[in-house]
Amino acid sequence: MEKFTTHTGVVLPLKRSAVDTDQIIPAVYLKRVTKTGFEDALFANWRQDPDFILNQPTYAGASVLVAGPDFGTGSSREHAVWALRDYGFRVVLSPKFADIFRGNAGKQGLVTGVIGEADLEAIWAAVDADPGARMTVDLQERTAVIGDLRVAFDIDDYTRWRLLEGLDDIGFTLRNEEKISQFEARREAWRPRTIPVP
Amino acid sequence: MSTAIPDRPRTLAEKVWDDHLVVKGEGGEPDLIYIDLHLVHEVTSPQAFDGLRAEGRPVRRLDLTIATEDHNTPTLDIDKPIADLTSRTQIETLRRNAAEFGVRLHSLGDKEQGIVHVVGPQLGLTMPGITVVCGDSHTSTHGAFGAMAFGIGTSEVEHVLATQTLPLKPFKTMAITVEGTLKPGVSAKDVILAVIAKIGTNGGQGYVLEFRGSAIRALSMEGRMTICNMSIEAGARAGMVAPDDTTFAYLKGRPHAPAGADWDDAVAYWRTLPSDEGAVYDAEVFLDADELEPFVTWGTNPGQGVSLSGVVPAPEDFADPNERVAAQRALEYMDLVAGTPLKEVPVDAVFMGSCTNSRIEDLRQFASIIRGRTKADGVRVMVVPGSARVRLEAEAEGLDKVFTDFGAEWRFAGCSMCLGMNPDQLAPGERCASTSNRNFEGRQGKGGRTHLVSPLVAAATAVLGRLASPSDLPVLTAAEA
Repeated sequence: MEKFTTHTGVVLPLKRSAVDTDQIIPAVYLKRVTKTGFEDALFANWRQDPDFILNQPTYAGASVLVAGPDFGTGSSREHAVWALRDYGFRVVLSPKFADIFRGNAGKQGLVTGVIGEADLEAIWAAVDADPGARMTVDLQERTAVIGDLRVAFDIDDYTRWRLLEGLDDIGFTLRNEEKISQFEARREAWRPRTIPVP
Repeated sequence: MSTAIPDRPRTLAEKVWDDHLVVKGEGGEPDLIYIDLHLVHEVTSPQAFDGLRAEGRPVRRLDLTIATEDHNTPTLDIDKPIADLTSRTQIETLRRNAAEFGVRLHSLGDKEQGIVHVVGPQLGLTMPGITVVCGDSHTSTHGAFGAMAFGIGTSEVEHVLATQTLPLKPFKTMAITVEGTLKPGVSAKDVILAVIAKIGTNGGQGYVLEFRGSAIRALSMEGRMTICNMSIEAGARAGMVAPDDTTFAYLKGRPHAPAGADWDDAVAYWRTLPSDEGAVYDAEVFLDADELEPFVTWGTNPGQGVSLSGVVPAPEDFADPNERVAAQRALEYMDLVAGTPLKEVPVDAVFMGSCTNSRIEDLRQFASIIRGRTKADGVRVMVVPGSARVRLEAEAEGLDKVFTDFGAEWRFAGCSMCLGMNPDQLAPGERCASTSNRNFEGRQGKGGRTHLVSPLVAAATAVLGRLASPSDLPVLTAAEA
């Protein structure tokens, strides 16, 4: 995973709340077996509307998504994160994220920052005043700056550290291999086993 | 099993967590939690197996892993090659991965194939006091047994395949107490839809919900699974019900349930799992079962629901500005006018199926209402069993005949029209009463409109062609019944 320190990019204001994962990527796109190439699937149903904000040339190449509360609710599909990442988004800011989405994002280098409702409105107003404006997101400082506006965002220490370091989860866990084996030796006989097939 | 059990009353969720602690996280790091059972399906696993291959890692515990094909599988012509090329590729990829890594797989046509959350419990693999994960948010279903069960993303699927553990921060706990007796015609689905309407689609965020109280105790395992299944629709990571004699009776004798001395050991442990007297929850919610009525959603998220006897709400009814905007948008998408009685809303289709409501008891409930009746003209009715075994069971009871006599289509097992990854989809503008779990825009097919309901309401709706509860149906004569 690539290290994330700071990022500067065009802000896409998505003025909707409860953007669920079926909107981020409709199920029909989940049939692919690759982990990349999902950029065309992002908001696919909404993008069929020529007026949808992502279709507006001003926001071409946007990389910071600023959305209403409850972003990423619904299914566990990590494809939602892949679609955002493949399209070019590096950061999503929202007053509230669904748990599974947020966990998935942290594993793919996508920063999810929680901002206050007032800051959300302020960012949207700043973009309305200057469409195509760029924002600088500093993960070390947990701040986002657009024009004269500077807002703080929340992200937990552990996820932030992993993003800053670009650490691979599995390698990290396997440092505890011995403890996992010790735990396995203690597991009771009644616990389920899928094989042998009775 | 854990070495450091806190000396204070604990909740069910805390006990299961503590007993799976491999490493206690220090200084803001997550705990490392052992996973007892990993369920795999074709949609969220291909990239995880690719990851293992790239790093030369094996599946650590093949004996704790099981795969089935469900999301893409057709429910007709299952003996023919899958017509949709991408669906076929995804299923063939799972078959190739399962063969290469040695994972037990139940493929289309196999008698144990079916929706992953129906297969685990019916095999007796899902049991109290275990941890269960799957790359599917409705893994919360398995919490009905007193297991800690939750959905994970594909990176986590790879992580569990490689290490049989997950780094996790402890969840908060919320008690949802439902006391009283459900009226006839009111079922588990109505309870969970009422809970979601009450706490909202994010009310459970960060929590494990523990469902308790006399109304929950009185439910069958199928009913408890329906409730835990939709915990995720309240934003919760998991839902749980404390194990009791209903749980043990359901499990005993199933193919993978413990036997002999192991059974006795297991039951002795399982009886220690219910939350201790005085255990403290981070939040508590109460519901009066006596007052619940059949429920239906009118909008595009599962929290936008009301009693079936009510009317479509107006955006102005919502104080919260976000909710007001969402309601406005939902009414437009659903093509509904505020103030319309829900029982006057006509439907084009009825879908009886999904991991929420496709078990044998669900099919029996649906059949009990439609028996001796004929479906409304012009309404398409699809009955999709949750697993090949449920299908066989239903046929052994003659339920298939009840469905086909009624005019319904009796299909093969899979996720089907819950999310329309296979050909079972709504056409744009079509309206469906569905026993599934999500009424998001386009969920059942682009432009499709979904009303979430119980099997009983779905059945009555199929008879009348408009949203209806069983009590709205004319009484059958003795000859008809």
